[in-house]
Amino acid sequence: MNAARACILALVMCWPVAAAADVAVPPLSGRVVDQTGTLSSGDIASLTQTLKNLEARKGSQVAVLIVPTTAPETIEQYSIRVAEAWKIGRKKIDDGALLVVAKNDRHLRIEVGYGLEGSLTDATTKRIIDEDIAPKFKAGDFAGGITAGVNRMIRVIDGEQLPAPEPPHWQSPGSFSIDPFNPFLIIPVLLLGGLMRSTMGRLIGSAATGGLVTLVGWYLFGSLLAAVLAGVIASVFVMFSDSITSAAPGRRGRGGGWSGGGYGGSYSGGGGSSSSSSDSGGFSGGGGSFGGGGASGSW
Amino acid sequence: MRRLWTVLAALATLSLTNCGYNAIQSNDEQVKSNWSEVVNQYQRRADLVPNLVNSVKGFAQQEKDVLLGVTNARAKVGSIQATPEVLNDPGAFAKFQAAQGELTNALSRLLVVTENYPQLKSDALFRDLVAQLEGTENRITVARNRYIKAVQDYNVTVRSFPTNLTAMAFGYKEKPNFTVENEKEISTAPKVDFNPTPAAPAK
Repeated sequence: MNAARACILALVMCWPVAAAADVAVPPLSGRVVDQTGTLSSGDIASLTQTLKNLEARKGSQVAVLIVPTTAPETIEQYSIRVAEAWKIGRKKIDDGALLVVAKNDRHLRIEVGYGLEGSLTDATTKRIIDEDIAPKFKAGDFAGGITAGVNRMIRVIDGEQLPAPEPPHWQSPGSFSIDPFNPFLIIPVLLLGGLMRSTMGRLIGSAATGGLVTLVGWYLFGSLLAAVLAGVIASVFVMFSDSITSAAPGRRGRGGGWSGGGYGGSYSGGGGSSSSSSDSGGFSGGGGSFGGGGASGSW
Repeated sequence: MRRLWTVLAALATLSLTNCGYNAIQSNDEQVKSNWSEVVNQYQRRADLVPNLVNSVKGFAQQEKDVLLGVTNARAKVGSIQATPEVLNDPGAFAKFQAAQGELTNALSRLLVVTENYPQLKSDALFRDLVAQLEGTENRITVARNRYIKAVQDYNVTVRSFPTNLTAMAFGYKEKPNFTVENEKEISTAPKVDFNPTPAAPAK
């Protein structure tokens, strides 16, 4: 009996994950995501155009989400989850903002990214909600309320000094990170060093290895200082490491056996798949982060 | 001899990357930065308190007890240093949490009391301050949640095999996490009493 009870208890303990599931974060299908069918397609088109113009002008991303309900979570818990999933706003500048409306709960919230907290302060967003959005919502004019709120948010954002928007399709070279102590990087360097030293002699070989590592490191890390450091370490390592490769001149004949190894090509495989936000048709967050700033309200 | 050292050095480098030393370092750093954010937001709240108390004072002079409670709790919070060393000392951590919890309670009592003053509630300055306080409380919640997740990652790394051996060798211990302060209060259902008793002062 007790065992059965324990089994049921264990089952029950496993259940709540499925039972009390939170409202899922909808996919970011556009700048305006309406899951309730409240807005007409014309409203959505004009709002989207306004928000697109803002991004072209200032670089900030603003999105609107309307859901029926956020229960069992509060709107604050839900909207921060959406903000974390959508990553609206530019990376490092964090100039995104999100207007979330839970229609049946009669709650709404403006979630503000870190970079906009200075202008879209809690007090300002609270005023936008209380003065512009909530009165129109009370009268049942959802499209008008959202448009008024978004327009006032844009006016506030326009007053903020932000870095100019970047031309599209530009990628920073150092965007993907590589652990410099990754064994898959060290071993090829050692092998390369052994090869260089056996062909060019100790001093020149190690210097050449260092130079090569510096060049590759500069390309990979994007920082000259780190690359030079890695190069110096590599050349010292190669100069004094007799043992690992023990590539005495006598082994040169066999050297061809391992010089053609696969490590030359193994770099390029991983690096190519860095994500790029497509500007063509869809809309995607730029990687901005949020810290819970903004205000909530109800109508 | 040189050969031996080279092999040892290479092995040491490889083993340190594979036995989780770097993972512990990055998790530890993540915990610290998330903790800084928590402290940062608590500081923001503490900075708001004097303004809030002053603006309430103008309208609700007679609510001396509540205002004094907030001021005292604010003073107590200010006296506790929240350095990263707090994280390695569960006692100091609990003390920090208790002080902040007291301020939370005092502030919510203050907001309940202000409901009785319509003039105060329509004051623009007071409304802005309350909006800021709400926003800050929400930021605190977010920062605490992120801290909880970071500590979880860190503790899992420190406790699971084989990284626990590395953690033991370098003296990395589990870090304390946030708990709900009023666990007992929440688990007991509130009593609803319709007997006409003289309204107790908000406590």
